[in-house]
Amino acid sequence: MLWACLHFPDFSLQLALRASPTAQPTIVTTGGNQPEVLSCNPQARRYGITPGMLVSAAIALAPKLVERPRDPVLETKTLEGAAAWAGQFTSTVSLAQSDALLLEIEGSLRLFGGLQPLLLQLGRDLADLGYTAAIAVAPTPAAARLLARAGMDTTIADIAALEPALAGLPLCLLEQPKDVIRTLGLMGVHTLGECLALPRDGLARRFGQALLDELDRALGRLPDPRAPWAPPSRYKAQLALPAPVQETEPLLFAANRLIQELAGYLRTRQAGVTRLKLALRHEDHRPTIVMLGFSVPCRDPRRILTLLRERLANVILPERVEAIVLESAETQPLGSRNLSLFPEDRLPEEERWLIIEHLRARLGPESVYSIVSHPDHRPELAWRCCEPGTSTASAVHARRPLWLMEPPQRLRSDSGLPMLGTKLTLLAGPERIESGWWDGEDVQRDYFVACDAAGVSFWVFRERRADKAWFLQGVFA
Amino acid sequence: MVPALELVLSNPAVWRGDQYAKVAVESIPTGFAELDAQLPGGGWPRAALTELLTSRRSIGELRLLVPALARLSMDDKWLVLVAPPHRPFAPGFESLGVNLSRLVVVETRSDGESLWAAERCLRSGSCAAVLAWSGPRTPLRRLQLAAEEGKSLGVVFGSTRSAAHPSPAPLRIQVSTVRGRLELQIIKRRGGGWAPPLSLDIGCPALPVHLELDPKAASASRVRSARPLPYRRVPHGLA
Repeated sequence: MLWACLHFPDFSLQLALRASPTAQPTIVTTGGNQPEVLSCNPQARRYGITPGMLVSAAIALAPKLVERPRDPVLETKTLEGAAAWAGQFTSTVSLAQSDALLLEIEGSLRLFGGLQPLLLQLGRDLADLGYTAAIAVAPTPAAARLLARAGMDTTIADIAALEPALAGLPLCLLEQPKDVIRTLGLMGVHTLGECLALPRDGLARRFGQALLDELDRALGRLPDPRAPWAPPSRYKAQLALPAPVQETEPLLFAANRLIQELAGYLRTRQAGVTRLKLALRHEDHRPTIVMLGFSVPCRDPRRILTLLRERLANVILPERVEAIVLESAETQPLGSRNLSLFPEDRLPEEERWLIIEHLRARLGPESVYSIVSHPDHRPELAWRCCEPGTSTASAVHARRPLWLMEPPQRLRSDSGLPMLGTKLTLLAGPERIESGWWDGEDVQRDYFVACDAAGVSFWVFRERRADKAWFLQGVFA
Repeated sequence: MVPALELVLSNPAVWRGDQYAKVAVESIPTGFAELDAQLPGGGWPRAALTELLTSRRSIGELRLLVPALARLSMDDKWLVLVAPPHRPFAPGFESLGVNLSRLVVVETRSDGESLWAAERCLRSGSCAAVLAWSGPRTPLRRLQLAAEEGKSLGVVFGSTRSAAHPSPAPLRIQVSTVRGRLELQIIKRRGGGWAPPLSLDIGCPALPVHLELDPKAASASRVRSARPLPYRRVPHGLA
């Protein structure tokens, strides 16, 4: 077993910062009557703000400070989002407390081409999500967790090398009650190494079995089962913006963070999204809902983002946006595509649909369509709109024009011949079309191919009923 | 020809007005041999913009493209009609061999949207051909660059009035009709040179008309209809 621990230092602060590319001075505060600063970013530190300070004092130092009360529920949810994303790397992901993920990666090494490529990709993808994390790899989950909490990006593959590697770590990294750590400190025991050197029975008598068990689990002497975390059936994540915005670009930046996470989730579930819902939350208004539809299941973050950009260009926001919520409304299974041995000339199916989705996002879904023949003799009913790519071939037709006039254009007539500017010459016909008496739209017409003085050919008909008028039905173009 | 003149003409230093440099351009045959012979690459240039200029709309310029469209529609890329002037008639396209499952019609509300859509389609690389109907001030340069990038056959239908103005499209053809035939004059092509005017038969129906307009005219306009094809017996066992 080989465990990678992803530890997100100052997770609550990272949540506040990841929605925007530029960091404002930001603090995370405790709630209550006299809130204190829990953590602050370097921009806030520059003003002299330190953790533990009263929020009122911090605001006095930096008036434009962004303050965020800590929200443990949101933190857990966000961590679960990250766990859903991490499922693409391994089938065993588990949450460790509120700010770390444990990934069992031994089984995935071959797929990713070794440990280094895997760690590199993890690091790169985490940056796309907007997180910074210490990634430590060790044979036991507890050891990986201790190393990552110490902020060490180390890899220890051998269980024998574990004890010397852990020996230098401070005791405060252990998940033990504060007074245990303090008492040990008073005894002059500050590191794990010093603690391990003490006689085991005395240690157990004085501090309880829990301390020994934790040390044993870290060193692999005791089994340490971890409950695997199962991804939910639908993805939903929320991201609060550092300041309310009206412009598209900051919204897209924040949405991209969630889209990257969604893509990881979709890879985990081997699915593609067909409908995606983005809710833009306002302070005093109902959320603006943006729905994105995909013709074929999709999990390419670039494609989702391009489409969203087009869509947002047409959305009128009633108010500034405070937070965004991304939800996968409909997903479908989507296997991964095999790479071909030879460079392919054929266009991948999803690529082909990209332009259609793109046009639809901007122009509206009904503005982009295809046409199909319908078995009816009446020209007005001989065609239908349909989804692009779904037209089926029908029987060979007689000669028909390329353009259809809707509705037929009435023509003047001169001594029984139709006029369109000049008198038209009839070239072929008549072709009698009498149909539709059963549905109330019956026609009785004689169709001719006609041409004008310049030789442009038209499809005209003469009504066989009533006034025997001439109409222009189509242009051969 | 006088042998001495022939000798002079065979000299590589002599350039003749009707010559044009054969350039290797990836092309799609037009379906008209006379036209192919005049086009560098032997057809409509892929990855470039082509301008078809007519004095008025729908005189047959679309028919000129349809053989190429039919061929392109056998592939898996889209054929896009951006803001066509009339409703494209499915049986009409189908009767000329166009595979409709590749045809996409895009309707727009303004010239700006049409331009945007045409540019996007050309650039996307997933459209084999994009047909657009230009206004007087369509920025063709953007479309040309997009066509180059997306390796797509871009066709813009314009007006003869703009024939005298310079255009970034590498191929410009002026189209007119004379007695049911299409008269083509290549204004500009890659490789240069003067191209002789072409007259193409785009398959205008020459079927006889038998029509009784009124009793007086009837005798004059009555033409015998084409005889129906004799019924062919299919031997047993082959049907």
